[in-house]
Amino acid sequence: MSQAVPPVLSVQPSRALVDEKFSVQVENLPPGCPVTVRSLYQSEDKDFWEAYGHYVSDHRGTVSVSEDVSLGGTYTGKEQMGLIWSMRPAPGSREGLRLRKRDMCTPMLVTISVYRGHEDFRDQTALASALVERWHMAPGVQRIEVRERGVQGTLFVPPGPGPFPALLDLWGGGGGLQEYRAALLASRGFAALALEYLKADDSKPNSPGDKYFETAFEIIRAHPQVAPDRVGIIGLCFGTLVALSLAAEYPMIKPRCIVCLSNVHHKSRKNTVTEFPEEVPERFKTVGAMENVLVWRDMGLAVLKMQHPKIPVGNIDCPMLLINGTDDQNWPTVEVASDIIKMMREAGKESLVTRVDYPGAGHLIEPPFSPLFRATNFMLSGTRKKVMMLWGGKTKPHADAQEDSWRRILSFLQLHLYGDPSPKAKL
Amino acid sequence: MCPFVQQVRMDNSLQRVKLSVHPSRALVDEEFVILVQNVPPGSPMTLHALHCSEDGHRWEACGHYIADSSGSINAADDCSVGGSYLGVEPMGLLWSLKPVPGSKPGLRMRKKDVQTPMVVAISVFNGHHSEAFVDQVSLASWVVERWYMAPGVRRIPVTEQQLTGTLFLPPGPGPFPGLLDLWGGGGQLVEYRSALLASHGIASLALDYLTNEFTTQTGKMVDNQYFETAYRVLQQHPQVLGSRIAMLGLSLGSVFTLKMAVYSPVVKLRCAVCISGSHIQPVSGGPQEMMDLFTRNIEKINFSEQNEVIWRSLLLPVPSDPSMKADVGRLRCPLLLVVGEDDQNWCTQESAADMEQMMARAGNDHLLTILSYPETGHLIEPPYTPHTPSSMYRGAGVDQKMMVLWGGKTPEHSAAQEDSWRKILTFLKKNLYGGSDPQAIHRSHL
Repeated sequence: MSQAVPPVLSVQPSRALVDEKFSVQVENLPPGCPVTVRSLYQSEDKDFWEAYGHYVSDHRGTVSVSEDVSLGGTYTGKEQMGLIWSMRPAPGSREGLRLRKRDMCTPMLVTISVYRGHEDFRDQTALASALVERWHMAPGVQRIEVRERGVQGTLFVPPGPGPFPALLDLWGGGGGLQEYRAALLASRGFAALALEYLKADDSKPNSPGDKYFETAFEIIRAHPQVAPDRVGIIGLCFGTLVALSLAAEYPMIKPRCIVCLSNVHHKSRKNTVTEFPEEVPERFKTVGAMENVLVWRDMGLAVLKMQHPKIPVGNIDCPMLLINGTDDQNWPTVEVASDIIKMMREAGKESLVTRVDYPGAGHLIEPPFSPLFRATNFMLSGTRKKVMMLWGGKTKPHADAQEDSWRRILSFLQLHLYGDPSPKAKL
Repeated sequence: MCPFVQQVRMDNSLQRVKLSVHPSRALVDEEFVILVQNVPPGSPMTLHALHCSEDGHRWEACGHYIADSSGSINAADDCSVGGSYLGVEPMGLLWSLKPVPGSKPGLRMRKKDVQTPMVVAISVFNGHHSEAFVDQVSLASWVVERWYMAPGVRRIPVTEQQLTGTLFLPPGPGPFPGLLDLWGGGGQLVEYRSALLASHGIASLALDYLTNEFTTQTGKMVDNQYFETAYRVLQQHPQVLGSRIAMLGLSLGSVFTLKMAVYSPVVKLRCAVCISGSHIQPVSGGPQEMMDLFTRNIEKINFSEQNEVIWRSLLLPVPSDPSMKADVGRLRCPLLLVVGEDDQNWCTQESAADMEQMMARAGNDHLLTILSYPETGHLIEPPYTPHTPSSMYRGAGVDQKMMVLWGGKTPEHSAAQEDSWRKILTFLKKNLYGGSDPQAIHRSHL
């Protein structure tokens, strides 16, 4: 009597960039068989993240994640990439985790498995599994550590002779050097410098006023494979504040365009950008603390109502893309965007601005298929106090926002940095 | 046609040529799409591929294209009108790779380290060029990785019971159908086909039966039991389905595949694949006896005009003596034969015809499928890898290297590699995954 062949799980493609989709298929199941398809990833910090969907095989004994409907789990419905974007820390994990890849030269390794039934799958051996590689860097992308003239960052250059347009890539108040978005941008044809300007240690963040950002721009422009008049800025949260300041207040910078995710445009009372992250939360200590979770949204709304120093965005002369989520609990970024547009309108430059608000999306709008980090551990700059920060967002709308906004960002950059009206630019 | 400057500024835009190859990381047998954009409409462009092999040789290929009215070239839809391949050939840049001018003659590309990818640089140049690419600057380029191993495939050296082999297991708990993978007279432990088969869900054991540990140390060839031992090791592996094992042999490997399939009381195959092989062999002997047969017939060697060795007549004429050929009329499992009609190394065509006759007489020819390809040579390899019409070859245990003619014309041979591989995979999956077991509902559509 011949042995039964177990089900076979295949993922196509098994190696891809993190912003690309894959299709998961299970075959050789009995027909009408309830199964759970599950993804498992162990982060560089050794935490386990997982997602799963409940399916029933068809009459041929096949389950196709891209075609079939998930009946339950961490995602429901027809969701081709639900196994990635609905990931969350496995039961028993530490709290407040966030997933941010550090090593760009290795891929994320995700195991996709299938289990019998819809219950207690963690107690079982998988029927079949496959391994998928998710890369931030395409083959041939150069990764260059930049440590010159006091500037610290990592430059990613696309493969080929160039010259390429480039971006200054600025993350937010969490600080450190985050390379993953810059690596992905280079994999999409844009040289990108991920800049470390907010150190993890006690030092003050670099100010737009000091030479740091200007030098960073010079370094980018001087690279032999960069087209020096085609350098833009992409920033998130505090990175937006810096980007707007550089564009509005420092005429030697002159970015060709800027992309602002989760907009912030207020400065400190002393009209500085640097002191804003410490000063404002200090002043509004009692506003917005939910038990031990910080919710800064209301504080931001209070700041908006006041006559508080702001970046004079009316001085900006380049195209701007403003991307925000309506469920942002960290800052009233949608209201900020409206205020920015109001100021641009007053300056007669409203036509430079493109704005997209995503319903149900939170603050941390990351490259596509990233899981939602609704609340994570965060260290306040200045006091260096460890808190739990609420970023907001609902899983599915946030995932949709990340997927859609990335496409729009690439299209916007293609149009303004490459300058050719690509048919994909449907802004 | 005005000279095309690398950085063309027209209407304030960086009218830069965009090249993309998708996917940039893939298995060796997967297709990619090459797209060029932002080129002046109607302009002549050259696509170029460059690969530096593990042994330090440079291989290149090129295709000549004309951009369409939107300034684009899509290698999947457009015709190459010159270069190393012609016509609509999405993968032409890979299968038409040849050593760069000035290279050593008789090179063959074979990946030894299957845990790293083959890296190819794809570039686009202005105009139609067929040479001197090093002297020019490309307009754009991209890098692709071609892998023999899918993520999660495990590579396990096998040295027990004096075997020399490598087992490749697909990812997951299994168990998986198994396969014994035999190459030809050059010997060595050649892993890449097994790695690729494991990437398709088949636990595959690549076996060195000519230059293995035992032979190297004692100077003696292994006997037929070596194959049976390998079969048993595979069968007993906890992650292999012992009742679902196939054998695949190329060239000399097919001789032992057939010998095992027909005569071995131990080896019970679900199916067998023979590429560029023959059933002609001393039935009662093993590898040594087969080598002796070649030696006895050495005067049947011919030479081409370029002094390349032609071995195809060595085993001809097909014997009528039943002790000199495997009795395929006794086969009980499906057999797939892959034949190159321009095989200059073995008498594959004549052997296939004789096998067909024998099976028709015995009444088991319903088990036989013959894939016969015109203008195709001996070395029928996985797809999109370069065709080797002739190369410097050293048989196992022989001191001298000689230039051997394998045969085949590159376009036809490459098409045969692509077609036969797909059919081999379908045949293996159908017989290894499908079958009479009621649990296994349907053949795999992987």
